[in-house]
Amino acid sequence: MNKQIPIGFIILALFALLFGSLIGLLSGMQYLSPTFLKEILPFNQLREIHVTSMVSWIVLSATGGVYYYVTVELGNKLYSNKLAAFHLILFAVTGLGIYISLFTGKMGGREYLTFLPLLIVPILLGWVLLGINYFKTLYAQVIGWPVYMWMWGTGIVFIAFHLSESYFWVFDYFREDYIRDLSVQWKSYGSFTGSWNLLVYGTAIFLMTRIKGDANIARSKTAFFFYFLGLANLMFGWAHHIYPVPSMSWIRLLGYATSMSEWLVLAYLLTQWILSLNKTEKKSHPLAYRMLMITDIWVLINVLVALLISIPAINHFTHGSHITVAHSMGTTIGINTTILLASVIFLLSRIIKKEILQNSSKTIFAGMILFNISLVVFLTSLIIAGIIKGQWMYSEDANIYSILMEKIMPYLYIFMISGFGLFVSLTLIVTPLLRLLLRRFIELSKSS
Amino acid sequence: MEVKQNKIISIPTYVYRLILAVLMVVFTIYNYWVYTSSGQNTIPVMSDQAIDGEILWQKSNCTSCHQLYGLGGYMGPDLTNIISRPNKGPIYTKAFLNSGVKAMPKFNFSEIEKDNIIAFLTHIDRTGYFPNKHSQLEKTGWVNLKYKTSKNIENE
Repeated sequence: MNKQIPIGFIILALFALLFGSLIGLLSGMQYLSPTFLKEILPFNQLREIHVTSMVSWIVLSATGGVYYYVTVELGNKLYSNKLAAFHLILFAVTGLGIYISLFTGKMGGREYLTFLPLLIVPILLGWVLLGINYFKTLYAQVIGWPVYMWMWGTGIVFIAFHLSESYFWVFDYFREDYIRDLSVQWKSYGSFTGSWNLLVYGTAIFLMTRIKGDANIARSKTAFFFYFLGLANLMFGWAHHIYPVPSMSWIRLLGYATSMSEWLVLAYLLTQWILSLNKTEKKSHPLAYRMLMITDIWVLINVLVALLISIPAINHFTHGSHITVAHSMGTTIGINTTILLASVIFLLSRIIKKEILQNSSKTIFAGMILFNISLVVFLTSLIIAGIIKGQWMYSEDANIYSILMEKIMPYLYIFMISGFGLFVSLTLIVTPLLRLLLRRFIELSKSS
Repeated sequence: MEVKQNKIISIPTYVYRLILAVLMVVFTIYNYWVYTSSGQNTIPVMSDQAIDGEILWQKSNCTSCHQLYGLGGYMGPDLTNIISRPNKGPIYTKAFLNSGVKAMPKFNFSEIEKDNIIAFLTHIDRTGYFPNKHSQLEKTGWVNLKYKTSKNIENE
């Protein structure tokens, strides 16, 4: 396969991560000073640029990894390089269109997909192209697929399905019935997240097999048991998003019953893997290994938060509070981002000389330390602000929003400072990776 | 690095494909039920005016700062029951729309557009409560929501 294509996806992803972090920082500033940048970029645009960039980072880096691992690492000939190249160009151009839509304030979509609704068409087409390439390349060998191939394959299919589902609101049948519409909307978001997690966790398991040098990790009964459990959660375990919405009780009850297990999947697999690692294996990819060690800690913390807020009686007080944000940021930053950065570092170690990567390892390692310290403070401030909001919602003062904002302001300052720490740490980690990838991309372009 | 391929006792692939097929069938039926389920309250479908209000709500991306049923951004307050809340209501809400106070963007909605947004928020208000202060918490961790029925509204 043409290595430029996966590298191209990852370069776009890293730019999105850096840009999204910067915009996140500016959004945070508006919490502290509501008129900051308001005339140029109000919060209703800024927040969406941040969210879209971060989602782009996750899906683009996971996609680049899948292309690279399926072909270069696993030795398969890609069904069509042209389709893959078209996919990359399509996403790059659509990304530009999305930024133009958000920067100019010409929106019209729903939360998380706020950009002009028509732009979802090329996005969906991109996922279909990836699906065609993936299954045409690998389906002949489905007997004996390791679990990560199942995860990537189902992840691609479910992303395409749930992205389509999130636009059901364009049909009057859904739009006219607000509760049905809201339920389906959040069903699609919850399951879309679960779908990209299949891509990300598949990548984590693939990396484990490579770093440990043991393919059996991805073929065990346990791995498949957790895969199917995760898939069932993706399908039926989304309803904690809408516990307070007066939808039919059975939808919420089924969600409650199934949502207790999802996060145990990766925690179990990673813990087993780390327990069985020996020192030689650790040294083979030290940076990627450290990044995955970080993931393991964040998985455990997020398992706890996710389980607690999936209990309706607790969710009753945390829903609509900053604890929900802590949960979503904890998973996207603490879990998804660390796995995907591990994937980028691993991929880099395969395409450049190890000594070159080693030269940047001190900067990256310093970034990792700052990243973890900042994330602990960041999430703690959100959780405290969330507890205060949970109390406020059921208090006598609940009619006056400014009382709440005054109460949580000190924690928003801490949130902002730690957010700055996250931005600096991600810059320390990402800049050398991006520089090396760009250099390699240019070398490959010249040689081809 | 070489990857070990030790012999392990694994389940034949057809079993995995069968499990996937069963899950997909159940998921299809489940989706049908979710897509055809309405809310616990029987209220009329949204009026054209309310739908126009919702379209404007989306185009202005109000949800980045405001929540409905706790879903949305936290820069501003939840607006689920802004229409029926004491000391708030349609006139109060309408006055805010073009005010541009604090972080709120300076919108230039026409009177018709403002009425449409109020119609949308009025419809939302009829669907239920958030926060649901009178719901019952059970020992099992389950929460019985209080639904917004005409009888409940009369009693308030």
